[in-house]
Amino acid sequence: MSEDTRKPVIELVDIEKHFGAVIALAGVSFSVYPGECHCLLGDNGAGKSTFIKTMSGVHQPTKGKIVMDGKNMNFGSPRAGMEAGIATVYQDLAMIPLMSVTRNFWMGREPQSGFWPFKNMDFKKADEVTMSEMAKMGINLREPGQAVGTLSGGERQTVAIARAVYFGAKVLILDEPTSALGVRQTSNVLATVDKVRKSGVGVVFITHNVRHALAVGDRFTVLNRGKTLGTAKRGEITPDELQDMMAGGQEMAQLEGSLGGTV
Amino acid sequence: MSADKPMADERLAKVSLTKSLLQRPEVGAVVGLIAVILFFTVYADSRMFSLSGIMNFMEPAAQLGILAIAAALLMVGGEFDLSIGSMIAFAGIALGIPLVLWGWPLSLSILFAFGVAVITGAINGFIVLRSGLPSFIVTLAFLFILRGLTLVSLKEATGTTQLRGVKEAAGDSWLVEMFSGDAFEGAFTWLANMGWIDTFKNGTPKVQGIPVEIIWFVVLALAASWLLTRTRFGNWIFAAGGDPIAARNVGVPVNRVKIILFIFTAMAATLVATITVLEFGTADASRGLLKEFHAIIAAVIGGCLLTGGYGSAIGAMVGAVIFGMVQIGITYTNINLDWFQVFMGAILLIAVVLNNWVRNKAMSAH
Repeated sequence: MSEDTRKPVIELVDIEKHFGAVIALAGVSFSVYPGECHCLLGDNGAGKSTFIKTMSGVHQPTKGKIVMDGKNMNFGSPRAGMEAGIATVYQDLAMIPLMSVTRNFWMGREPQSGFWPFKNMDFKKADEVTMSEMAKMGINLREPGQAVGTLSGGERQTVAIARAVYFGAKVLILDEPTSALGVRQTSNVLATVDKVRKSGVGVVFITHNVRHALAVGDRFTVLNRGKTLGTAKRGEITPDELQDMMAGGQEMAQLEGSLGGTV
Repeated sequence: MSADKPMADERLAKVSLTKSLLQRPEVGAVVGLIAVILFFTVYADSRMFSLSGIMNFMEPAAQLGILAIAAALLMVGGEFDLSIGSMIAFAGIALGIPLVLWGWPLSLSILFAFGVAVITGAINGFIVLRSGLPSFIVTLAFLFILRGLTLVSLKEATGTTQLRGVKEAAGDSWLVEMFSGDAFEGAFTWLANMGWIDTFKNGTPKVQGIPVEIIWFVVLALAASWLLTRTRFGNWIFAAGGDPIAARNVGVPVNRVKIILFIFTAMAATLVATITVLEFGTADASRGLLKEFHAIIAAVIGGCLLTGGYGSAIGAMVGAVIFGMVQIGITYTNINLDWFQVFMGAILLIAVVLNNWVRNKAMSAH
């Protein structure tokens, strides 16, 4: 890949975030190119959540800058982030289980037909688009009217991802999308990530599972105690090295020894 | 891919019949309605299902139904309104006092009453959303506040708990026709002349028309159902009740939706108030007592979840019909009237258990 000649879709430079006396982020730099999957790894408490919340506009950085298309961005709210094309799929998903897939997919952006005051929600269009967008992600829905609650965890993730992509996300942030899933569903979600990446969207994939990261990642950045431990390209780093960086070195190596390399 | 397609179609054929039917929130209410009709066909006098018998139970069903439909939309939106019963009495004096004591024309008095409803509903909603308290508590407070205000104002104005003279003050405005009496009288006279419906000896039909509240009830049910199931606003109602945080995250104006629903509920109570005030010719401080619970019962029988995000306006309509049918139907049987409350409580319990079961069934099994 000729990443170095292309322009990143978003670039964060020396981001610091302080919560009172607590320094959650102490100068993190991170960039995403269109069509790449950049994995953000780190143990619990490393600052992953704070960092992606800063990227999406939930938090404002104490120091540092966010650049998109050569312009300095200042997201005052998640809404501003969304409008700039940054979509976040959170672990708790923002899906409503009792509502149908179509209703969830279009929630807040329902297409309308007819004339005032008899405007209908355009279910024909809504259903068609939902079905075809889901099919693009490799999921053939039984019917667009089925409740999201009847879908598996992986399928729900896919609805959320398909929704973000359809509504024009340039950067898709996935917050631990695989952490609660079984093996098969995980591979489905990873396949979805691959499809999204190929469509030109920049994906930020947050995980603490090295194997999941290596399966789809183009670049890997490890966070530890609010700092970047470095960014590596695919092929430049082994799973063991990644694992060690995440855990912060020795203890993990010792533990791995006693567990026979199973972690 | 090609191997997947027929498989998906097979599943579609297998589940769609039973499951898509079970997925509808109204299914419990419809089953209940059939059961109640069967019960009264067996145990009640056959006059219950004559034309006049049907009008007899549809009239209270309609009055309750107007409330239940509004309560159902609000419940789907994730909130309760326990003040609707008191709102009926309060709106009654908001209509009666300007009309009778201040000498306002009927049209202005009705507008005034609905204006009061908009303000009351907005206050309810505003306090709930601002304080973050459960609407159950906030509107329970308004149950007492509105009832108390009604009593105080009526005693202040008339010295009693009732305001008479509405009919005289209203005169023969066309608005009286809209909110009281019967509709389609011409059609019923014609049907009587053709000998298709029962008449008295002198040839006038036993049922002279459809009581207007039934028309209001049906129109409102259809409109509310369309709003809920076919429009963008309806999707927002489901979203606001299902998960307000998720809804806000994708840009649904949750607060606006909920306040509109509170206003709509207060306006439905005012519609019932207008109908009863013009029908009886009085405004009364005790009117609408316990109606908030009856409306919620009808909505729950109709498939509304107490937790919000799920329910149906048509279901609430059916729930109200069940309510009216049981209430009036008992008078056509040998059963002591005091059993009515036992019946309604039992039906409520069965409905909730059934709805729960149906929903779990629909939501399980991928």
